[in-house]
Amino acid sequence: MISEKKALTRHADVPGMDVIDHYIKDGGYQGLEKALKRVPQDIVEEVKKSFLRGRGGAGFPTGLKWSFLPKEKTKPFYLVCNADEGEPGTFKDRIIMENDPFLLIEGMTITGYAIRADLGFIYIRGEFKWIAEKLEKAIEQAKKKNLLGKNILNSNYCFDIKVMRGAGAYICGEETALLESIEGKRGEPRTKPPFPANVGLYGCPTIVNNVETLACIPFILQHDAETFKLMGSFQAAGTKLYGISGHVNKPGVYEYPMGTNLKDLIQYAAGGVKNSKKLKAVIPGGLSATILKADEIDVNMDFDSCLKKDTMLGSGGIIVMDEDTSIPEVAMTTINFFTHESCGQCAPCREGLAKIQQILKNLLAGNGTANDLKTIDELANIINGSTLCPLGEAGALAVNAMIQKFRPEFESLVN
Amino acid sequence: MMQIEVNNKKIQAEPGEMILTALKRAGIHVPTLCYLEKLPPAGRCRICVVEVEGRKDLVTACSTPVQENMKIKTHSPRVLNTRKKILELLLSNHPDDCLYCVRNGQCDLRQLADEMYIRTRDLPRNVKKGEIDTSSLSIVREPSKCILCGRCVRVCAEIQTVNAIEIMQRGSLAYVGIEDDKGMGESWCINCGQCVVVCPTGALAEKSHVEMVKDALGDPKKYVVVQHAPSISVTLAEEFGFPVGTDVDCLMVAAFRAMGFDRVFDTSFSADLTIMEEGSELVHRLLHGGKLPMMTSCSPGWVKFVEQFYPELTENVSTCKSPQQMMGAIIKSFFSERENIKPEDIFSVSIMPCTAKKFEANRPEMGRNGVSDVDAVLTTRELAELIRLYGIDFKSLKPEEADDPFGQRTTAGKIFGASGGVMEAALRSGYFLVTGKELEDLSIEPVRGLEGIREAKIKVNDLELHVAVTSGLGNARKLMDQVRAGRKDLHFIEIMTCPGGCIAGGGQPRNADFEKFKARAQSLYTIDKNEEIRVSHKNPSIIRLYDEFLGKPLGEKSHKLLHTHYKKRELYN
Repeated sequence: MISEKKALTRHADVPGMDVIDHYIKDGGYQGLEKALKRVPQDIVEEVKKSFLRGRGGAGFPTGLKWSFLPKEKTKPFYLVCNADEGEPGTFKDRIIMENDPFLLIEGMTITGYAIRADLGFIYIRGEFKWIAEKLEKAIEQAKKKNLLGKNILNSNYCFDIKVMRGAGAYICGEETALLESIEGKRGEPRTKPPFPANVGLYGCPTIVNNVETLACIPFILQHDAETFKLMGSFQAAGTKLYGISGHVNKPGVYEYPMGTNLKDLIQYAAGGVKNSKKLKAVIPGGLSATILKADEIDVNMDFDSCLKKDTMLGSGGIIVMDEDTSIPEVAMTTINFFTHESCGQCAPCREGLAKIQQILKNLLAGNGTANDLKTIDELANIINGSTLCPLGEAGALAVNAMIQKFRPEFESLVN
Repeated sequence: MMQIEVNNKKIQAEPGEMILTALKRAGIHVPTLCYLEKLPPAGRCRICVVEVEGRKDLVTACSTPVQENMKIKTHSPRVLNTRKKILELLLSNHPDDCLYCVRNGQCDLRQLADEMYIRTRDLPRNVKKGEIDTSSLSIVREPSKCILCGRCVRVCAEIQTVNAIEIMQRGSLAYVGIEDDKGMGESWCINCGQCVVVCPTGALAEKSHVEMVKDALGDPKKYVVVQHAPSISVTLAEEFGFPVGTDVDCLMVAAFRAMGFDRVFDTSFSADLTIMEEGSELVHRLLHGGKLPMMTSCSPGWVKFVEQFYPELTENVSTCKSPQQMMGAIIKSFFSERENIKPEDIFSVSIMPCTAKKFEANRPEMGRNGVSDVDAVLTTRELAELIRLYGIDFKSLKPEEADDPFGQRTTAGKIFGASGGVMEAALRSGYFLVTGKELEDLSIEPVRGLEGIREAKIKVNDLELHVAVTSGLGNARKLMDQVRAGRKDLHFIEIMTCPGGCIAGGGQPRNADFEKFKARAQSLYTIDKNEEIRVSHKNPSIIRLYDEFLGKPLGEKSHKLLHTHYKKRELYN
């Protein structure tokens, strides 16, 4: 048996969390109050000690990321919250923003203080219009309570948050494409270096953090780094929101210690495979993550454990597939998605994904040749490691893994 | 300086520079496609990937800064395989009709395919579609040949600040297009052709007038007259394997005659004429409270740019026609009368470094009684095509001189071909017009150069004339914004559309880098230094033209033939 631990969903059972008084009554803003009594560098250190790692998918240590900002401040600093939740199979950030908007706002306010930011942005995916409006209302409430705006809680700290809606491009979840989009340009990833911590939004030092990451911050400040760490398992700190979807009895978002076993999550949190069917495959961390066969799911769901199993925790979006699922069709859907969402800037991604799509489409239509799977493998291998951003290789590797792990299914398509 | 290791050999690198820059300096060749000198790296094509020890992913040489003791492999098996596969992907969508392509033989993509040793079509093909866009008078777009390197878009946006073309759609549906999917001719493209020069394939080309000229040359009823712009004689050489900057003026004249042109004139002559008119106009504006600063009008891309983006400044632009159009007007009036050939029987060809000149020749005000002053405009590249078409062995030609009366030029007209040349020529004659004396030193160094905005102050009697020179419309925009914001100290501004001036024009030979631009410009200044007559007002043929026909600068005939007007132009037609 596994048991839920509630750090991010601690107000989940309390209704009306979008009213600031309710949030405060339930312990909200204690983290900020405590934070403002400390110097910013101290908070960065606390977050480092918490071993919090970015929840957007890459798992980069959050405190370390913050410490990349220039020591001298000659330009404005920005904090950008990445709420462009677009990874297929992922629906955790919306739960936070919908149910507990002040948790994110408080997290951003504390982070803004820690990194000496002048302004924060929430870049939210365009389809989340109602959530964007909810956040805007919450921001207004926070301003009226002097929890946002000038001289927050009578300190010298001033910080405001603007909500920006995206226009529907998956690539704008990539942090530099996101920055381009805020600036009103085409959502195309930038070449790196320079990294956003040095040259970010409007050329100014910028920190981009995921919603879930920022939502961890109030807990860490309200309690301490050690308490946060202990919310996790012995090998990984804190809790994680796992979004489980597909052929399970109870699809949904569940908060468990980081590092909870995948098998257990499917079995106990999501109630097992629907209609008592046999499990066929699981994509553990959003569509970009390498697919796992049924006999490979004994994996602890944290960044390092997943990497050891040649897959990734990613966003924690777990997609469960039963025995009736056609993997070639899943592969087709996957390549369609990535081909459609490629920004088109760099050649291997733009042309490579489209070529894999072309070959797979032919294959599924019964016009494939014996050479096709080899060609896809070759293409995936050159896309991997040659693209401007991770989108291209995510798509190519995800599809190639499906082929390699379920090869007979694909081979049977060749006449 | 720091050390890096490339292919097991140590080389020097400057801190902060990109790997590609260090490799170039060390003579190590790495292929590129999207790379453009003087612009920040785009990292789009990924052809320049190299392997760096300790890094999982390959890195692009163009956009990755060097680091102390970095160990790089530029041609490892992984690198070669990746480059080849990326190129194969591009080729699998490419029409493959090289034999019929405008870039036959001179295509960067073809060259790269050869370099990558591509010999088989392994990937399934999916040739791009896209209608050929012939709506522009200057430029033809063939979208199916585009490989989305983005060079054209970046030049248009980042150097010219015109933004006429952009990447539309995304992913594999992406294409270079024009707002609302209009044709280029309906857009605010200013026809400069810088996109054509940087395009690695046949996706962008000038609208060819070669057939038109060939037909005219073959038509016994047509009297075919040609004029060649000042810069052509120092750039055509590159098309025939001479060293960059070689002046082939007299060989080119011989080639014209060999192809059957009836008269060969030199646009540098009408550049001298422009100086007489424009210099007089400046003096007139200065003395009679005319609009200042006055701005040059030789460069048709710039003229359209002002009409579209700074319509309130059109009155500042000199009313003088460009040298091409002055020559055209003189040929179809004075010359036509004198030779007793009807204007409509004369086929007037101009050889220009420029694609915008094709647009300019078509402006409705550039002719009389329904007869155009200039009938066909060939770029330098098209002239080379024509010469090859007629089977002329360029290198074995015997030098010949241009025809009277409009073949005689001064070096003041000749230096029009480099940024700053018009200003220098105008100052030489303007000074004389006002003071009656020649400038002590005719070489005015502060206005020379190919980059940035240069300013100079010249004392002319009591007046300190304040002038500015720039090229490239991004630079022009900076100056215009200052003028629009109320800057008052400038009297005269020279603006050339293309960065560096006509020697770097949109119609010039391709694959030129900044060093080549410098060599081309230097060739013009060498001609200027070595010749006797260096001021336009001393051109004997100019003096004669005023005596016999025009009367005086800004006179009635001049007004009718040599001057024009501009109007506000809407961005959306």
